[in-house]
Amino acid sequence: MTAASLDTTARSSAERGALARARLLRGLLPALSLALVLLAIAWLNPRAISYFGFSLMLNLAIPIALATIAQMFVIAGNELDLSIGTFVGFVGCVTATWLKDAPLIGVAILLGSIGIYALLGALIHLRNLPSIVVTLGMSFVWQGLAILVLPKPGGKAPDWLLAIMSFKPPFIPFPIIAALLIGLVVHFGLMRTSYGVILRGSGGNPAALKRAGWSLLKTKIVLFALAGLFGVLSGMALIGITTSADANIGNGYTLLAIAGVILGGGEFVGGRVSPIGAVIGALTLALAASPLLTFMHIPPDWQVAANGAILIIVLAARVLISRRER
Amino acid sequence: MKKLLVLGALAAMLASGTALADTSGKKIAFSNNYAGNSWRQAMLDSYGIVTKKAVDDKIVGAADIFTTADKEVPTQAAQVQNLILQGYDAIVINAASPDALNGAIKQACDAGITVVSFDGTVTEPCAYRVVVDFKDMGKQEVEQMAKFQPKGGNLLEIRGLAGTSIDDAIHAGILEGVAAHPEFKIVGSVTGDWDQTTAQKAVATILPSLPDVVGIVDQGGDGYGAAQAFAAAGKPRPTIIMGNRQDELKWWKEQKDKDGYKTWSASIAPGVSSLAFWVAQQVLDGRKDIPHDLLVPYLAFTQDDFEAALPKIKEGGVATHEYTQEDALAAIKANIK
Repeated sequence: MTAASLDTTARSSAERGALARARLLRGLLPALSLALVLLAIAWLNPRAISYFGFSLMLNLAIPIALATIAQMFVIAGNELDLSIGTFVGFVGCVTATWLKDAPLIGVAILLGSIGIYALLGALIHLRNLPSIVVTLGMSFVWQGLAILVLPKPGGKAPDWLLAIMSFKPPFIPFPIIAALLIGLVVHFGLMRTSYGVILRGSGGNPAALKRAGWSLLKTKIVLFALAGLFGVLSGMALIGITTSADANIGNGYTLLAIAGVILGGGEFVGGRVSPIGAVIGALTLALAASPLLTFMHIPPDWQVAANGAILIIVLAARVLISRRER
Repeated sequence: MKKLLVLGALAAMLASGTALADTSGKKIAFSNNYAGNSWRQAMLDSYGIVTKKAVDDKIVGAADIFTTADKEVPTQAAQVQNLILQGYDAIVINAASPDALNGAIKQACDAGITVVSFDGTVTEPCAYRVVVDFKDMGKQEVEQMAKFQPKGGNLLEIRGLAGTSIDDAIHAGILEGVAAHPEFKIVGSVTGDWDQTTAQKAVATILPSLPDVVGIVDQGGDGYGAAQAFAAAGKPRPTIIMGNRQDELKWWKEQKDKDGYKTWSASIAPGVSSLAFWVAQQVLDGRKDIPHDLLVPYLAFTQDDFEAALPKIKEGGVATHEYTQEDALAAIKANIK
């Protein structure tokens, strides 16, 4: 009898070991794909691997990383946000107009928009609406508001924002520091605090959380407000880089952000997300879609298709490896 | 093909090509944000033809084309940054936004790269802008109309896509032309969106309420639609200014063969991309006297030369012109005052 129980403990510890290894592999996967893309870029254009090169290649990845984190909060709650791209565009237009000319009103509008995000979370939870439908509708609202704020391209980023985004720290390029900071702060908040566990749990196993006495309404509101907050940061960062806004500036971010979360090890089932992975996923996508493509010298007729092909290959590699883990 | 380049064509032979520096090792990139319509395709074709020859002739080292996957500003901004990293000496750009790319354009200038924008130009002061003189085109339409209709009369105006700078400029030119020719009076105005179907519908709607019209001033891509609307209503055919589209020139030829119908045609040539290329080459050549805002001629056809051009235009396409280095020199000279 003792022998038998020993046998089972041994087996379960071996299983646990395998599971831990799979989890490690899964955690390393985003970093691995980033390394691969970087190697390819280094091989194609060694000049890009430098302080100046990284500053240029990665600075537009920062707003993508922030939008990806925003999307990650929504996906953590087992929802999907199809409006994050146009929301970033709206924030951009406010940043380039109100925030510069009348900072107080600008801040109020941006805080108000985060409030709207929180209300959306409440609406989706209370009326039990599919988030895809609600956020798809909101994407047109944000787009319309953006055009209202800025009917034709223009405006100018506030000087302090320009100064932050063109900051040149010694040795390590600013985008890398910013990416590390974003990843670590969100990782600590969502993965290491007890309320972070609750937030993830509300997406992963809402029934259990509800039975334990936690308010699912509150968690959903918090998740959506956090998404709004990071959407605002994304829009501001974007305008800090481009210096001027356009109502359509963020439209491409919706799908990039979803792809970034998935590439970074997140899953659509809710609760299974990784902040550091999401940031790395956003960086990988930004690098794979633009610098890698530009450096490959593909004939112009094929460039658009090649862009899509690279994204599919990168995402397929992620799915292949996570399949093996099962 | 005999082409009438309204501004500065005569100066082409007089302009001297003074080579100050060697550009044979220089690399020029073309950043393009959209390739999805016939005008853009013609633009890329013209650019490809001209630059391939320039590379073969060892005038420049390389001239590569980069098209972004979407029309988005951040994608093109990232692309410009990557072109900086690639070590290009100049970037020719058809930009997704006049303002929102300024950050990336400034970075390129700071890295010592020459930036020449055209069609979709950028407002960043360090870049060059190749702008077609749409206002003069609008004015010229009325001037030409005065030749065909010396007695004057009522005009119908067809506007382009609302809210664009091009529509604004052509309209302003037309108003200026009418002010200079008081024998003409604009009795109606419709929006044709540079599209034959839209123009036909708009003209057909306003026709019953109009007095007799002797001429139509428009913006290109709308002349054939207007002609159809008049034919369907059984109204006498006015003098319709054309816009270099294949269907428009074909209709013009049919009418000319029938009863000697006379008109005039003008539009921006997609080949203006090749002009931007030569401007970039000239800047790399060391010329310091090139103005940052270059007004260049539009492409026009008259009664005498449009038939020669017609067979060369693709079905459903638009007339283009590949600019030569001499054309660019002439255009630059015309802008130095």
